[in-house]
Amino acid sequence: MRRNAPALVAVAVAALFFALLPFGLSDYHRGLAASVAVYLIAILGLNVLTGYTGQISIGHGAFMAIGGYTTAIMSHYHNTNLILTLPLAFVITFGCGVLVGLPALRLSGVYLALATFALAVSIPQLPLKFSKFTGGSAGISASKSVSNSWLYGVSWSTAAIAFLFTWLVLRGRTGRAFRAIRDSEVAATSSGVTLAIYKTLAFGVSAALAGVAGSLFVLATNGFAQPNEFSVTLSLKILVGAAVAGLGSLWGVLLGAAFIALLPTLSASAPLIGSAHGQDVVFGLFVIVVMILLPTGVAGLIPRLRRLRVKA
Amino acid sequence: MALLSLQNATLRFGGIVALDDVSLAVEPGTIAGLIGPNGAGKTTAFNVITRLYRLESGDVTFDGRSILRTPPSRIVRLGIARTFQNVELFPTMTVLENVLVGAHTTSLFEREANVRRSALETLDLVGIGNVAHLPAAGLPFGTMKRVEMARALVSKPRLLLLDEPAGGLNHEEVEELALFLRRLRDELKLSVLLVEHHMNLVMRVSDHVHVLNFGRTIASGPPAEVQRDPKVIEAYLGGELEGAA
Ligand SMILES: Nc1ncnc2c1ncn2[C@@H]1O[C@H](COP(=O)(O)OP(=O)(O)O)[C@@H](O)[C@H]1O
Ligand SMILES: [Mg+2]
Repeated sequence: MRRNAPALVAVAVAALFFALLPFGLSDYHRGLAASVAVYLIAILGLNVLTGYTGQISIGHGAFMAIGGYTTAIMSHYHNTNLILTLPLAFVITFGCGVLVGLPALRLSGVYLALATFALAVSIPQLPLKFSKFTGGSAGISASKSVSNSWLYGVSWSTAAIAFLFTWLVLRGRTGRAFRAIRDSEVAATSSGVTLAIYKTLAFGVSAALAGVAGSLFVLATNGFAQPNEFSVTLSLKILVGAAVAGLGSLWGVLLGAAFIALLPTLSASAPLIGSAHGQDVVFGLFVIVVMILLPTGVAGLIPRLRRLRVKA
Repeated sequence: MALLSLQNATLRFGGIVALDDVSLAVEPGTIAGLIGPNGAGKTTAFNVITRLYRLESGDVTFDGRSILRTPPSRIVRLGIARTFQNVELFPTMTVLENVLVGAHTTSLFEREANVRRSALETLDLVGIGNVAHLPAAGLPFGTMKRVEMARALVSKPRLLLLDEPAGGLNHEEVEELALFLRRLRDELKLSVLLVEHHMNLVMRVSDHVHVLNFGRTIASGPPAEVQRDPKVIEAYLGGELEGAA
């Protein structure tokens, strides 16, 4: 217990901070802050898969799309309570994740990356095929829109639950099995870890978190689910966020999420090149610089700082 | 009845016959040595027993039942645990976490605190309780071998497969290992199949020694007998065996 004390304090401080923060923000900034929570949930999901089990995905935008469309469709056709669509998206994308995880058992490394990339390209195009039901390229909207304060409260509460959930999944036997697979499949197998079960489980959990993030993502865009919101860029953004956060550790996710949620906006106001289309250049430069300075992400700083403190 | 037995086991890799009609047995409560020059097929035999490799013909039985249809991850559940010649640890995890993964099959429905206690006890048993919280990567080779031993032991196996546990150990550590192996057999009632190049160690601790050369059995019997066998001496070109007497 005592070993976890600093972590508990950090979580408590963060919770208090995010509970009080909206009172000091303008409506616009509340919306922006909510998007940090949305990305945080997606990064948690990708981290379970890529960080903990070592299975690369550059297709998490696909699972976000499935979650997002779940929310929009349920609300549009059935007037389902928006909050209830979140657990629904969780369950549906968990199933989708397991379905993708099964064939992925035969793939690894670059091949798995390419396969998930194909998902990211193709899944968001599906609504165009069934445009009667899904609204095609114009999208489909939830039956009601939500305020930025609502969005802030729901997104950060969900993020807190998602963080707790992920932490609980990863901290014991299951998390160790995930990491064992990442480190040595042969030794994991000899220790009794069934690769197929844990790899697909990781895919399911990972996709489920991305799905919930997708639901909130849609609510954050005026309740509109549209194919082009879930472009490949979104998948790449999540991957960048996970890398900045640090793969295989949970403690950097907040900064990773802030990085991808806020930097594009901040970049736009960078002097000289920021405006017009320059923000992408600034964003790209930042990614390169951060990856050079922090090759193991923000979370990688923690053991480094600890070592410094021991020396001092 | 033998605890483990290979019956007419044959496995080829391309043109190489890694196991050529090999039959061997490990009796319960004994240490069986498995020796032979490099490339003789010893590690291959381990990989066959743990189902990483598939036999072309022949059978492997444990407790009288064939295990050729048992999936690799279930082997440890039967009570067979192993170590690896070149050390297969989980490098990004701590020593304790490595051992906790070893307890994967025994830890379902078990309280985490109990699992940790048993992992720490096992680390103490192999004499490295003091490094429990260090990362497994970067430890001295001998210590890593002990982590693997603890990871195998924590699953409470009945048969332990050790692939060159003395590799990289100094004289003193080899003596410790010899004592430890006897303790496993005599106090914990474990059976051990021991692959080792350190002849002196094998001959001292084994109840039975099986010798492979180019995948074929060339001798099998009590250590004193095997040591004097002309075919064995020839396989080793005389050199390594003399020091063992
Ligand atoms: N996976 C494999 N693929 C091809 N050849 C292999 C493989 N595993 C073992 N061999 C070959 O089988 C023979 C026996 O190897 P091995 O069992 O590792 O010998 P050792 O007795 O030294 O442990 C060697 O010739 C080796 O090259
Ligand atoms: Mg070998």
